Amino acid sequence: MTQNINLTLKVWRQNGQQDKGRFETYEVSDISTDMSFLEMLDVLNETLTLEGKEPIAFDSDCREGICGQCGSVVNGRPHGQEKKTTLCQLHMRHFKNGDTIAIEPFRARAFKVLKDLMVDRGALDKVIQSGGFISVNAGGAPDANAIPVSGEIAERAMDAAQCIGCGACVAACPNASAMLFVSANVSHLALLPQGKLEAAKRALAMVRTMDACGFGNCSNERECEAECPKGISIINIARLNREFFKAGFFSHNE
Amino acid sequence: MQLDGNIPSGPIQDKWDKHCFDLKLVNPANKRKYDIIVVGTGLAGGSAAATLAELGYNVKNFCIQDSPRRAHSIAAQGGINAAKNYQNDGDSIWRLFYDTVKGGDFRAREANVYRLAQISNNIIDQCVAQGVPFAREYGGQLANRSFGGAQVSRTFYARGQTGQQLLLGAYRSLCRQIGAGKVEMFPRRELLDVVLVQDQARGIVTRNLVTGEIEKYAADAVVLATGGYGNVFFLSTNAMNSNVTAAFRAYRKGAFFANPCFTQIHPTCIPVHGTYQSKLTLMSESLRNDGRVWVPKTPGDKRNPSEIPESDRDYYLERKYPSFGNLVPRDVASRNAKEQCDMGKGVGETGLAVYLDFADAIRRDGRDVIERKYGNLFEMYEKITGDNPYETPMMIYPAVHYTMGGLWVDYNLMTTVPGLFALGEANFSDHGANRLGASALMQGLADGYFIIPYTIGGYLAGNSLDKVSTDHPAFRESESKVKEMTDTLLSINGKRTVDDFHKELGHIMWEYCGMARNNEGLEKARGMIQELREEFWKNVRVPGLEKDVNQSLERAGRVADFLEFSELMIIDALNRQESCGGHFNEAYQTDENEARRDDENYSYVAAWESKGVGEEPVLHKEDLEFENVKLTQRSYK
Ligand SMILES: Cc1cc2nc3c(=O)[nH]c(=O)nc-3n(C[C@H](O)[C@H](O)[C@H](O)COP(=O)(O)OP(=O)(O)OC[C@H]3O[C@@H](n4cnc5c(N)ncnc54)[C@H](O)[C@@H]3O)c2cc1C
Ligand code: SF4
Ligand code: FES
Repeated sequence: MTQNINLTLKVWRQNGQQDKGRFETYEVSDISTDMSFLEMLDVLNETLTLEGKEPIAFDSDCREGICGQCGSVVNGRPHGQEKKTTLCQLHMRHFKNGDTIAIEPFRARAFKVLKDLMVDRGALDKVIQSGGFISVNAGGAPDANAIPVSGEIAERAMDAAQCIGCGACVAACPNASAMLFVSANVSHLALLPQGKLEAAKRALAMVRTMDACGFGNCSNERECEAECPKGISIINIARLNREFFKAGFFSHNE
Repeated sequence: MQLDGNIPSGPIQDKWDKHCFDLKLVNPANKRKYDIIVVGTGLAGGSAAATLAELGYNVKNFCIQDSPRRAHSIAAQGGINAAKNYQNDGDSIWRLFYDTVKGGDFRAREANVYRLAQISNNIIDQCVAQGVPFAREYGGQLANRSFGGAQVSRTFYARGQTGQQLLLGAYRSLCRQIGAGKVEMFPRRELLDVVLVQDQARGIVTRNLVTGEIEKYAADAVVLATGGYGNVFFLSTNAMNSNVTAAFRAYRKGAFFANPCFTQIHPTCIPVHGTYQSKLTLMSESLRNDGRVWVPKTPGDKRNPSEIPESDRDYYLERKYPSFGNLVPRDVASRNAKEQCDMGKGVGETGLAVYLDFADAIRRDGRDVIERKYGNLFEMYEKITGDNPYETPMMIYPAVHYTMGGLWVDYNLMTTVPGLFALGEANFSDHGANRLGASALMQGLADGYFIIPYTIGGYLAGNSLDKVSTDHPAFRESESKVKEMTDTLLSINGKRTVDDFHKELGHIMWEYCGMARNNEGLEKARGMIQELREEFWKNVRVPGLEKDVNQSLERAGRVADFLEFSELMIIDALNRQESCGGHFNEAYQTDENEARRDDENYSYVAAWESKGVGEEPVLHKEDLEFENVKLTQRSYK
């Protein structure tokens, strides 16, 4: 049933990287429980604008849970408390009248805050650029059915390939590690016959870049898996480790 | 000026091969001497940037989002077509070509569509090689599903996330080239002007969305792959940042805009539920493979769907179109939903919805099978509405989804501005007046992987281009024009927010230039838009600073362009006194309420030339000639 609720929001405001930043409190009223969390922030921003104040900067694009552009920490949890849900897909029916909600940016050494809830996650792109691909140019591919892939393997590759690159796993991790993200990419490609050739080299390059970008190490805290909006499993981390050791082995023997 | 599509001569099957042979080539060693700007990192832009870099060109690639992987293409759900005929069900290049021309209600260029169908097969090969995890049969072969407007099963898919997987494939190729130093990537940038030197496109002016800095970039050619303009309606299935700004500013610089009134309303979206709503969510057309569309037989029947017996239900698509049933093309399905709701048979709180029911499919195939096919869509539906579609039928209603109109391009995908190319949804090329499902992904990737790499070479090799730098007066002029607009927007300090204007514009467009149009309404809308635009420039409030992150300012610029562009859509709709595909003028319908074309008078592409702000645009016609497909009244009975 649709209801209207009133809420107190404590929102992180930070004017660029130099600013120390602080929480500010806003009261919002008459929020329909059919709204999404970001629509609730839109409503607040409209009010702030009309009051002559600066609206809260936050990222979003698809608002369907697929682009990975949105994301903040809500009451201590990246993307909020609902399982397997991005912030844009979190709906206000999961809150109660009178709730206080704290909203802050994803925090990690490798992500800097650009403004308010907006962060720079460019380091995730850097990791992919260092090897997260299959080296094939347009034009020379064989017929698609010439490379059979069992339905089972395709499904498992697809499970890993669903990562939206949002960075919630990093924000959730006490070490701010990007292992879940990296492992999803590595496993997806390593599972497929097309990607096997470069699998070990890929894993090595990506892990090295991850370290160089300032992401921490993985110490098996499993927070990442719990907060991942796409349900990426930590089985992928085991697969990554396997590829990584293979790579280490080969590079010693070269 | 006589518009020339530069369509190669000869039989349609040979045109592209012949053209590739005739195009001048850039010597491999010389490619590195050329700089190419690609704006956009969706399927079209991402694939183009990666492929041009693989060939050896220096590429600068721009996008609005914080990463190229987030372009709006990522949201495409259902699938991508190709004429592989893996199902042995009678598909062929010729059939895909024919279906696309017919689906587009005979308003597309034959030669382009044929080429698209030819290339479709290479795309699937390329994507598989890149590691796109398409759905497979148990034996390891690729799986297919059916989409609207076709009687063969030719759609390849990756669960309900096909766009995501294809885009990530292109993104990985792009990343490889960024890593190799061949593509320089500029995320969080917005194109605000295209710069012409001696009438050729030689660069762009952008705003850095983090620092607010206005930046200038020079190149030998500029490729726009900036997506569609569905957000002119405010509510659409497009991503929040989708805009017309890049295409519209190119139009102001001399690129003709083709068929702007051809917009697609998708039949299966989650209905609107509140005034605060920021966007609409699509439920993929693939659902119509298994879902059955119905409404109660009696207007005003407010019973729960489970309480309405079979005998009181009207499966109106199956009844009216026995051979295509629930899989009629989008424009037909959308208009029919509207017609049912107009008759008072709509369901849900607002009465603006019809049912899409999976009960029969679940009974037939079991819940597991349905879950494997559509699980993520059902989940998304439940998150948004709070209803469980395994148990109760979905409620759906049409919503703005795709724009067939776009920058006019010739066979080489070049606009009327030499050196300025347009790819993907940003151009008008292949879908005529209505796009068939799973064909946009195909077109974006065809343009980027397999067409522009050839045709841009022909342009570069065929023109001697002097080096220009961003110190050229044309860049400075452009920069100051952009700054002036920013200053004005920030200084008005009126009483209404940007979104408030955008919503009002959206209402006008949906009401008068949406699913059904008539001359009187269009005339009225034109006046309303002019008034709204005038008020915008007096009364908009844009808070914040120029040299800072300023999302209100970003949106203000886009809405300012929508306010101009919407009028062009109306002008185009008024000019086209016929109905075809997504453009349905109520005065022109058959006895069975289908779109009635006027091939005698309107079998042309309407390409509009800007004469500047406040001046009437000038119409140029490119006549469409059909040598291979016979023009018929579309029928899906
Ligand atoms: C919900 C949904 C589902 C869909 N499902 C399907 C489907 O199943 N099958 C199918 O074939 N089609 C589908 N479509 C249509 C298809 O997804 C799009 O038409 C297609 O992806 C467009 O690709 P593009 O590369 O042309 O543009 P986009 O993917 O929209 O990319 C535009 C790019 O340009 C950049 N850009 C835009 N403006 C500027 C600017 N001013 N300055 C700088 N950069 C700019 C953006 O940042 C972005 O990188 C769907 C569409 C939607 C909305
Ligand atoms: S693994 Fe999950 S949490 Fe991490 S980036 Fe991918 S989708 Fe986001
Ligand atoms: S806005 Fe795209 S995932 Fe949330």
